[in-house]
Amino acid sequence: MRQLDTALGLGAVRGPIGRIIKFALYALAVFIFAGPLIALLVSAFGRVTDPTKLSLLPHDLTLDNFQAAVDQGVLRYLANSLIVVGGGLLLQIAVSVSAAYALARKQFPGVRLVMLLILSTMMLPEEILAIPLSLVLADVPIIHINLVGTLAGMIVPVGAWAFAILVMTEFMRDVPIELEEAARLDGAGDLRIFWSVILPVCRPALGVLGIFGFTMIWDQYILPLLVAQDASQFTLALALRSLRADEQVGTGVLIASALLALLPSVVVFLALQRQFMRGLTSGAIKG
Amino acid sequence: MTATLAAPPAHREAAPVARRGRRFKHAGAWLWLAPALILFAVFKFVPMARAISMSFKEVRPYLGDRWVGLDNYRAVLGDDAFRAAAGHTVVLAVGETVGSIVVGLALALLLEGTARHLWIVRTAVFLPTVTAMAVVAALWRIIYYPAPDGALNSVLGWLGLGPGQYLDSPHTSLWSVMAVGIWRGAPYDMMIFIAGLAGVDRTLYEAAAADGAGPLRRLWHVAFPAMRPVFAIVVTLAAIRGLRVFTEIFLLTNGGPNGSTEVVMTLVYKLGLERNELGVAAAGSMLLLAATILLTLLVQLLRRRS
Repeated sequence: MRQLDTALGLGAVRGPIGRIIKFALYALAVFIFAGPLIALLVSAFGRVTDPTKLSLLPHDLTLDNFQAAVDQGVLRYLANSLIVVGGGLLLQIAVSVSAAYALARKQFPGVRLVMLLILSTMMLPEEILAIPLSLVLADVPIIHINLVGTLAGMIVPVGAWAFAILVMTEFMRDVPIELEEAARLDGAGDLRIFWSVILPVCRPALGVLGIFGFTMIWDQYILPLLVAQDASQFTLALALRSLRADEQVGTGVLIASALLALLPSVVVFLALQRQFMRGLTSGAIKG
Repeated sequence: MTATLAAPPAHREAAPVARRGRRFKHAGAWLWLAPALILFAVFKFVPMARAISMSFKEVRPYLGDRWVGLDNYRAVLGDDAFRAAAGHTVVLAVGETVGSIVVGLALALLLEGTARHLWIVRTAVFLPTVTAMAVVAALWRIIYYPAPDGALNSVLGWLGLGPGQYLDSPHTSLWSVMAVGIWRGAPYDMMIFIAGLAGVDRTLYEAAAADGAGPLRRLWHVAFPAMRPVFAIVVTLAAIRGLRVFTEIFLLTNGGPNGSTEVVMTLVYKLGLERNELGVAAAGSMLLLAATILLTLLVQLLRRRS
């Protein structure tokens, strides 16, 4: 009954011709979707003088592209990107975990309204808020601070992410109440219960938050675009555009820099793939 | 409680204490929520309120804003460039949604299963989705390089197909952008479809097979009906993704050549940050937001009914 494991039953295809077709299709899928990224990896270590070329097979191995990229200050952009993703992720997780604790474990008037308000922002694409957001960043209400031209301006706004709160709240709701009650009988307060009872149980959900937050912040483009005023605040993503615009820069420099912007997200994805898939389906199903 | 029952006079004293205690407990909850509420207020709700109010005003820095009613909306809707951009946005959203679903479903059916080699292929195919848009754009600008020996033109050359201009020609630019969107969106849809397929009851497959149904009929009559909610989700997500499109256009063509790929968000960006017509830009954003919300509600409604 092996053929009924999947909708089309392709796993049961025997016979040489069927298998050849099947594996040819696999190869085609990999060529189309992963091929360009592999070409980027290979070309970054090759001699690229011609601006039109990408190669899938390594030849003329060299580190010159990276050397040229470093000469153009790419390490600064990489450092900026890492600061933004590190700071943003820490803030995002801290804020979401704390809010989720209240939303999942506390009963208070207004809890539904708060949840609704937070969820409503999921329908609010950041692109649409771009222009008013840039005004807010230039003059933060009440405290009147200008975040434009600072890395903080790229970090603080990503703390508010409804998806992370939703995932964490759903997960915390399922933590058995007995665990909390037992700790309370032992005299533990909210903070203690949160830190040494709830959080350890939520480790899988923290993995989901980590990988999704990383991918989301690493992919950010509009926010850095609104905030950065000169090259000293560029993230790698922003820098790719100006490297391209520079007539003096060969394609090799661009390819090497693009690879630097690609690798962290791929490494994090491969390391936390299981959590990623779990979050993808749960987040998608729950909207 | 026993104390209040035993000694009614104490009731009046105990109640405020208890209430204060409860209020204190609620204060605790609000304290846990405070960081999130502050950030959401400052970076989501205040900008949202500003966008709504700006859309009814002529925004004049230093002079004070002037209320203009629906003039900004009239200006936007009467503007040929905006209508063209809205058209491109819809074409792009529909094309990317349908394209990603068709390709994603094909990939899901091909790569469904628990075998290790399938898992490896799936992981490789999924990589475009986790790649930052800026990298995707830089990469595809090289791939699309319009010379005869450009990367894509070389590959097509092996198949005997002529060189294309891709992003550089107003006739092909929108389709070229769409292909990049599908390249990045289809693997995402694939993963959701695979999760949906995994949830289909295997005994239904066996029952269908016992009734003599082949793989295609099994797909049509068993797998697809079971996946209807998954389709609704994928359509909604993909359509919203399509309507809000900005970064890929900004980086691949910035609306060119000749306005052939201008979409609502790139136009709004230019109106707002380059021409400083903030009120008109806000009105454009609000129209796009209204379209997004309408679309979401419509899909939800259709989903409920079926």
